[in-house]
Amino acid sequence: MSLHSSVGVDHAAILGVGAHRPSRVVTNDDVCEHIDSSDEWIRQRTGIEERRWAARDVSVVDMGLAAGREAVEAAGLVPADIDTVITATVSHEYATPSAAAMITEALGATPAAAWDVSAGCAGFCHGLAQAADAVRAGTSRRVLVIGVEKLSDYTDVTDRSTAFLFADGAGAVVVGESPTPGIGPTVWGSDGSQWAAIRNTSTWPDYRDAVAAGERPKWPALEQEGQKVFRWAVWQMAPVAQRAIDAAGITADELGAFIPHQANARIIDAMVKQLKLPDHVHVARDIVTSGNTSSGSIPLAMHRVLADGAARSGDLALLIGYGAGLSYAAQVVVLP
Amino acid sequence: MALSENEILAGVAELVNEETGLPTESVEMDKSFTDDLDIDSLSMTSIVVQAEDKFSVTIPDEDTKNLKTVRDVVTYILNAQS
Repeated sequence: MSLHSSVGVDHAAILGVGAHRPSRVVTNDDVCEHIDSSDEWIRQRTGIEERRWAARDVSVVDMGLAAGREAVEAAGLVPADIDTVITATVSHEYATPSAAAMITEALGATPAAAWDVSAGCAGFCHGLAQAADAVRAGTSRRVLVIGVEKLSDYTDVTDRSTAFLFADGAGAVVVGESPTPGIGPTVWGSDGSQWAAIRNTSTWPDYRDAVAAGERPKWPALEQEGQKVFRWAVWQMAPVAQRAIDAAGITADELGAFIPHQANARIIDAMVKQLKLPDHVHVARDIVTSGNTSSGSIPLAMHRVLADGAARSGDLALLIGYGAGLSYAAQVVVLP
Repeated sequence: MALSENEILAGVAELVNEETGLPTESVEMDKSFTDDLDIDSLSMTSIVVQAEDKFSVTIPDEDTKNLKTVRDVVTYILNAQS
């Protein structure tokens, strides 16, 4: 007696991309109503001029659904064609069930397999890797990968080191079969010894217990050790990005775009310098008007790069996500 | 062979110049990175990481925050290389 193995396809690619940007624009001056800072200081340190925050009644599922719907349409498909939905997020309102299951139902893709990925700002690239592997292994045929965050729910507006950084938004791609390779090998990993570098300020049970004890604990917002993360992001992650270029069997000269996680414009600048990217490679800087949307940032930036015509369908793009964990993942893709 | 204080100062001044564009002669021993040279924490991190490479020393984040003046950095590297 022997089992059958699933039979996949040789190659997978991104077939379409979608995005959702919340309507409410939050300027640096708005942020400075709660912290002692200035528009100039925030721009200089982060490159951020404004960011989008979703309304109170707009959820991670709502934003992920909007981006996912656009990606499915852009791929020339209908929701029923999607057999797997992966959502990368750290800010879904429920620890369980997954945002992916709720989005799948709202989209009209039930009974697609659905799960969430928690890999901080590297979540989207992890989901993309899972999707490409699932298609090539035959586990899935068409996978919707969504990166979505409502980080405004986890932002301490009085924290002078992060209040201006975090933002809301969603981006999505559909991954499916392709006649040629469209998603290069993923280079990924983690360093849990630095788990405390980006995290919630307390655990949920600690927060609960403090409330029960009559204290007024701070909401478990996100906080990070900025300098530690900056050092890791630039000097540890640029080599990871280079390994993804090498693994894809290309050179930096062949890239059309560099679409890194939009953490901070200074990190992006320093990475570009470390990677010695040629001038013709377009560097995504969606952070200027979108802020840091964690899992959402790479597909949002990809959507913007294509919408602006800064890179074209068929161009090669280097993606790298890095963040809480600390976790990272990078791959070269063909833009849809 | 270990570098002298002046050689380290010259090397640090080059790194500051590359990172910020400030002229190397403005990088004097008693200058404060934040108050006199207007160098922020991220640029300081860049300078420190490149100094590690240039002088083959290790400067952990915990120590970086105590490096307020040019002299602090030069002295740290001087001690670390021996």
